Amino acid sequence: MAAGLGSLENPAQQDYEQRLIQRIREGEHEAFYQLIRPYERRVYAAAFAILRNEADAEDCAQEAMLKAFKHIRQFRAEARFSTWLIQIAVNEARMRRRRERADLVEPIDKEKNEGSHTPRDFADWREIPSEVLERKEVREKLAEALGSLGQIYREVFVLRDMEQLSIEETANALGISTASVKTRLLRARLLLRDLLAPGLGGAWSSQLSFAKGTKPW
Amino acid sequence: MVVRCEDVWREVSNYLDGDVEPELRAAIEEHVRGCKRCTAVVDGTRNVITIYGDERMVEVPLGFSRRLHQRLEGNVSGGRRSFFGWLVAAAAAVLAAGGFEAARSSGFGRPGLRSEHARASDHVPADMMVVVAEEAKTFHVAGCPFIHDKSRLRTITAREAEQQGYAPCVRCMKKYMDPGALAQSDESIDDLAGSEDPLR
Repeated sequence: MAAGLGSLENPAQQDYEQRLIQRIREGEHEAFYQLIRPYERRVYAAAFAILRNEADAEDCAQEAMLKAFKHIRQFRAEARFSTWLIQIAVNEARMRRRRERADLVEPIDKEKNEGSHTPRDFADWREIPSEVLERKEVREKLAEALGSLGQIYREVFVLRDMEQLSIEETANALGISTASVKTRLLRARLLLRDLLAPGLGGAWSSQLSFAKGTKPW
Repeated sequence: MVVRCEDVWREVSNYLDGDVEPELRAAIEEHVRGCKRCTAVVDGTRNVITIYGDERMVEVPLGFSRRLHQRLEGNVSGGRRSFFGWLVAAAAAVLAAGGFEAARSSGFGRPGLRSEHARASDHVPADMMVVVAEEAKTFHVAGCPFIHDKSRLRTITAREAEQQGYAPCVRCMKKYMDPGALAQSDESIDDLAGSEDPLR
């Protein structure tokens, strides 16, 4: 399996980052490029998950990087730099979303129902041939399924399962409790499974029948 | 301990995260061994986690890194530099000076962009026909996939679009945008400081 977006940093990498941060604080600003290079993709992914638009996500990611640079002195070593950076991106994206799309309503974002979901489909889906992700149409369908989740579920799912933050880090980034992270994560995962299993389970090499099977949630 | 299907569905996420007590884990595993429906739910949920955790799931736009560095350049380069850093800065200054001169001679006037984050460009042909949406902030070539609101489009010239505060789309107008123009339109890092906590 390919490495996830959020391959966890090891202690040596964290030490290296701390040294880079120290150099930046001492005035060697260009070390910032080295510091952010491993996380450019992750910051973009976090922004895209919230804004759902490439151009907006790119602009947001740039803005988040600028803010990280400006506020690098506020970074505390007890956190991972990547987590801090992603938090900034998430907050920047949420701020833009509130500002620019306040009129949009997502009916699926009903807090009172967020923890309950009963699987609707029991199609067998055991194997994941890695090569399936090489197919652009499969990636598009997976992105489409993710995009159809309500915002509160998508945010949690992206931070936890794509960015691979811990439950606690996800809760801190979103300003919600760990209990809420867990319930939203459960629902997001089951919703995606419901949507994807009928088509992807056992039908990897055939045409994408699941494309027609969109569910009304 | 005996668990039902509903218990498995409620705990499947915690189970896959390794966040259940050993006794519950054992009970879930025993139940799943004899239940096709729960096997499907557990396998499928595990696959969702695996497949979305693959880095190929996110495609960063072509040129993303280059544009990011261009955006950062004007802000990050202010500190103590290495010799190479000074060389790059000197080259950038020469380019920026050229860009400013070009802007003075060819700009067709804009009263202020609709978006504080937009990038201006003085290289889009003034008479080029472009499309804009009423509530949007950018102008595009017809058919650009990054047009937000396709229901209320107007076709006008690039000159008119910029006069009305629209900025060029960074995708479809990319070939008209140069580093000089990008650097001039970036917000100063100083504008980002102050009252706002970056984490909230």
